[in-house]
Amino acid sequence: MGPEAAKLIGAGLATIALAGVGVGIGNIFGNLIAGGLRNPAAVPKIMGNVFLGFALTEAIALFALVVALLLLFVF
Amino acid sequence: MAEAHNPLEQFQIKRLVPMEVAGVDVSFTNSALWMVIAIALITALMVYGMRRQALVPGRVQSAAEMAYEFVANMLQDNVGHGGKPYFPFVFSLFMFILFANLLGMVPYSFTTTSHIVVTFAFAIVVFVGVTIIGFALHGMHYLRLFVPSGVPWPFLFLLVPIELLSYLIRPVSLSVRLFANMLAGHTMLKVFAGFVISLGVLLGWAPLAFVAALTGLEILIAFLQAYVFAVLSCIYLNDAVHMHH
Repeated sequence: MGPEAAKLIGAGLATIALAGVGVGIGNIFGNLIAGGLRNPAAVPKIMGNVFLGFALTEAIALFALVVALLLLFVF
Repeated sequence: MAEAHNPLEQFQIKRLVPMEVAGVDVSFTNSALWMVIAIALITALMVYGMRRQALVPGRVQSAAEMAYEFVANMLQDNVGHGGKPYFPFVFSLFMFILFANLLGMVPYSFTTTSHIVVTFAFAIVVFVGVTIIGFALHGMHYLRLFVPSGVPWPFLFLLVPIELLSYLIRPVSLSVRLFANMLAGHTMLKVFAGFVISLGVLLGWAPLAFVAALTGLEILIAFLQAYVFAVLSCIYLNDAVHMHH
């Protein structure tokens, strides 16, 4: 197995981070729906926090993307 | 032709007006051009929108006032009293990132915020500014930020380095978040646009519909990332202005 193949495997492994991000984003919106069904009046107030949390969680996936791109193009 | 289909080609910086000052390359690039366009558009929106200052605002004035109120509320919610002096900085930061992100969605344009040099410059300015404000307002007491209260003292040997590291990593996470979002979004759009061509007339409509949906998502992300950058700057500012929260 050459270094080229190891690079590709490493970049592929970096995408495992997406599992955690999937759980995270699912948690955010799942809890938004569960909470919103109990108290629909509170939903507009927390939308800002929901999108902040969504953006922060999504950014974790993009850190993994950066790692994958670094492995592919820098080394 | 292989180079023309590379989804990363859109991020290439081209020199439009080559210049050099004392051996340093200060060429006017396409990145600089789109930054100038963003600033010109923001200035036009604010100056043209507020030229009449009507009691019942028109369309442009409404947009300018909405932008102002949005940032003012953000600062009020996150920093509270003592946050007003920093409004011009947060407003410029938010508007510039928002316009740079949105201009990047125009076909054949250039996304300035997709380069870590640009976003890291913003983040390091926020970081250094917040640190200076913290020390200026609290003096050496600002270092108490790294010492969590109500913890048994043996744990401090573990917690203080963690707090210090999480403080120092802020500019990196702030800049990588914005840059990676823009980079990933635009690359994804180009990859799916490539599928439209390669699948041809028969099946190409499926990725085409997906590209249309993704463009909508990317416009949302463009706004959201500008918001997140500004909100996190406000939260860091709040740490520096009111230490006991």
